[in-house]
Amino acid sequence: MLDAIDRQLIAATQAGLPLTHEPYRVLAAQLGLDEADVLARLKSLLDRGAIRRIGAIPNHYALGLPANGMSVWNISDDAIGDVGARVGALDFVTHCYERPRHLPLWPYNVFAMVHGRTRDEVRAKVAEIAVLIGPATRGHEILFSTRILKKTGLRIAA
Amino acid sequence: MLYLDPTARAIVNGLQGEFPLTSRPFRDAGRALGLTEDELIEGVRDLTESGALSRFGPLWNAEQIGGGVCLAAMAVPEPRFEQVAEMVNAHPEVAHNYERSHQFNMWFVISADDPKKIEQVIAAIERETGLVVYAMPKSREFFVGFRVEV
Repeated sequence: MLDAIDRQLIAATQAGLPLTHEPYRVLAAQLGLDEADVLARLKSLLDRGAIRRIGAIPNHYALGLPANGMSVWNISDDAIGDVGARVGALDFVTHCYERPRHLPLWPYNVFAMVHGRTRDEVRAKVAEIAVLIGPATRGHEILFSTRILKKTGLRIAA
Repeated sequence: MLYLDPTARAIVNGLQGEFPLTSRPFRDAGRALGLTEDELIEGVRDLTESGALSRFGPLWNAEQIGGGVCLAAMAVPEPRFEQVAEMVNAHPEVAHNYERSHQFNMWFVISADDPKKIEQVIAAIERETGLVVYAMPKSREFFVGFRVEV
């Protein structure tokens, strides 16, 4: 679990690290901590998975990967683990999750987000996934995003 | 699409993780990229100001930090789409909302400090819109080794 100081660290770094020679010292000063405390806490949060990684967080749209396709798959239940591991390992898949079906309208239980420069590029990558999965899939679709209706960051109160 | 010079490209490709936890992390990370400390700081600043990076720092895992996150979808009749989007977006717990090309044409992420709050938000949206909200919480996450290459 996270304590109050961890939550302050989250709030203080949501917009990123200070871009200066000693960013952790600056952060520590803001929070009334020592640099060593901040470093130890960040290390622990990384080890526990509360921080996925530290570094450059790309904006896919600005970097020319504007075609974001959510591919959704109807995978036999006994094959999900194997399929998820293989699809997640592909270098063009940004997220891969198992989610519940909503039958009869929604038969899909595996989601793999695919980014590309164009929709055709995304379609070609999804076709690669279909070949990779083979008979374990009973159908798939690609849902392209046609508009961003709302986008805000993660909001955590300190 | 933004033009990236070789320095910017090296930063985006080489620094999507493992930023050092040291007193002078830009100096230490710069060494591996063949950049001085100041060149790296300037490069990162340019990339964030141009919008090529959303930010530079920790990528927090929303669920691990105690809150709840849930993807949800709705099949909104086309004539009501804008009205329903406004109703959904009015909830501060709705973090992202995308229109997608499908019968399920509205996809949004609900995030809240307290996971119980998510069910309440879903119930409120169903009440306000008279439409079904299909909750699609993740039941398993598969490892992804994703790095954007530019």
